[in-house]
Amino acid sequence: MLQPVCPLSAIGRGEAYRWETDPPVAIFHTEDGQVLAVDDTCTHQDASLADGWLEGCEVECPLHASRFDLRTGQVDAPPAKRPVRTHRVEVTDGVVHVALSDEPPNLPPGVTTNAGLA
Amino acid sequence: MVQRIAVVGASLAGIAAARALRQQSFEGDIIAIGAERHQPYDRPPLSKAFLTGGCSSSDLSLADDDEDLGIRWRLGIPAERLDPRNRRIVLRDGEEVQVDGVIVATGARARRLPDTDGLENVHTLRTLDDAIALRAGLQRAESLVVIGAGFIGAEVASSARSLGLDVTVVEALPTPLAGPLGAEMGAVCAQLHGDHGVRLLTGAAVARLIGSDRVEAVELADGTRLPADVVLVGIGAQPNVEWLAGSGLAISGGVVTDASCATNLPSVVATGDCATSFSPYAGRAVRSEHWTHAFEQPATAVATLLGGKSPTPVSHPYFWSDQYGVRIQLAGHREEGDTVRIVEGDPEQRSFLAVYERHGQPVAVLGMNQPKLFTRWRRQLRAPEPSLPAMEP
Repeated sequence: MLQPVCPLSAIGRGEAYRWETDPPVAIFHTEDGQVLAVDDTCTHQDASLADGWLEGCEVECPLHASRFDLRTGQVDAPPAKRPVRTHRVEVTDGVVHVALSDEPPNLPPGVTTNAGLA
Repeated sequence: MVQRIAVVGASLAGIAAARALRQQSFEGDIIAIGAERHQPYDRPPLSKAFLTGGCSSSDLSLADDDEDLGIRWRLGIPAERLDPRNRRIVLRDGEEVQVDGVIVATGARARRLPDTDGLENVHTLRTLDDAIALRAGLQRAESLVVIGAGFIGAEVASSARSLGLDVTVVEALPTPLAGPLGAEMGAVCAQLHGDHGVRLLTGAAVARLIGSDRVEAVELADGTRLPADVVLVGIGAQPNVEWLAGSGLAISGGVVTDASCATNLPSVVATGDCATSFSPYAGRAVRSEHWTHAFEQPATAVATLLGGKSPTPVSHPYFWSDQYGVRIQLAGHREEGDTVRIVEGDPEQRSFLAVYERHGQPVAVLGMNQPKLFTRWRRQLRAPEPSLPAMEP
């Protein structure tokens, strides 16, 4: 189900937006205009990928420099071992919509979803 | 022709070296020798999530289920002697391992207080077994005294506080973390203790530990007695290089190497916490104890051993610490005399970015709860500096 998140104008090119859903999602607006969404939490240890370094379609984690391909979620550089979950994005009438994945998230040790704690 | 390489030390630097060997197309035998009985694991969570129950030992594994590095493991048996003339390593159980090349990655161990070995509630924290013992101790305890307000001490204090313990931190120096951060920023970070109800005593020398089988209190030089159910000693680490005595390897506060991890012996390289390596950032040889260093440097050591070219340039030093829900990050090389200024945020809000400068140039950056801005500054530091001294051949 696509959910409206924010106007695209709120995310400059080369920037990211952290959507406070559960677990949080990072939405990236690449320099060449793509909009891509992945789980915000690095799969290695607790760090926000929206705070990371965006280069092309790749984000580098701000804590240990693991790199993920935002299109596939695959690990491009360790120490992360598990891919980050990706979410489908559509931009309609200037609004970013995200359909959250049905897959289970690959959260790092010690990080749980609120649903997981309930 | 190098057929068989021993990686001595099976922690982060050791597994990174084994990986780098395969990545750099080494197809011969790899023998990994580790003093600990565990498969390689990640140490940073030991003072944090592992102590508070947020993760388990299986979460710490550094091995990847999907990879097969073809390593022959010798775990739980420390290497006792390196005999380069006969190209062999002797293990404590007497086994002799014949090798063509050696990667020394034996790391460091926690420094201990003298005469405390038999005391069951006095802990250091370096290994998984240390952490298991400390965690069990904290679960039964109401009070903790931490000796040493460095990063390990501060992180354990933070974890114990979150478990509800009464925590006191004792630091001999007037300002904690003055070495890595400078006095000004060290003082800022030390305020986190007080923010969270942890008592910090600075300029306080420990006179003795009181108790026979178990410590009951820590006595300071001024006579103050601090009752303690558990004591954690966090006074630094020392390199595991004693086993190399008589090998002919140059040792000076660690195994001496150049910037490419070469030692004074051919076919022996050293990397990670046990190595004192020439750093282009410091302009001299330094022994780094940081995670990122142990993660990245082994690729250089392997390239040197195999006679290839280093796949990665040496990046500047980087470390982080998580304490009291606050993330502290430092990148670059800070020296005494560098000036520091806040460029964003406010130390009073426990959220800021500070830049260290030398001759008007940024040389290091410190972030507290500013990961995004910190990453940008860190990337800027990455740009090569023309003022760097040339490396000695």
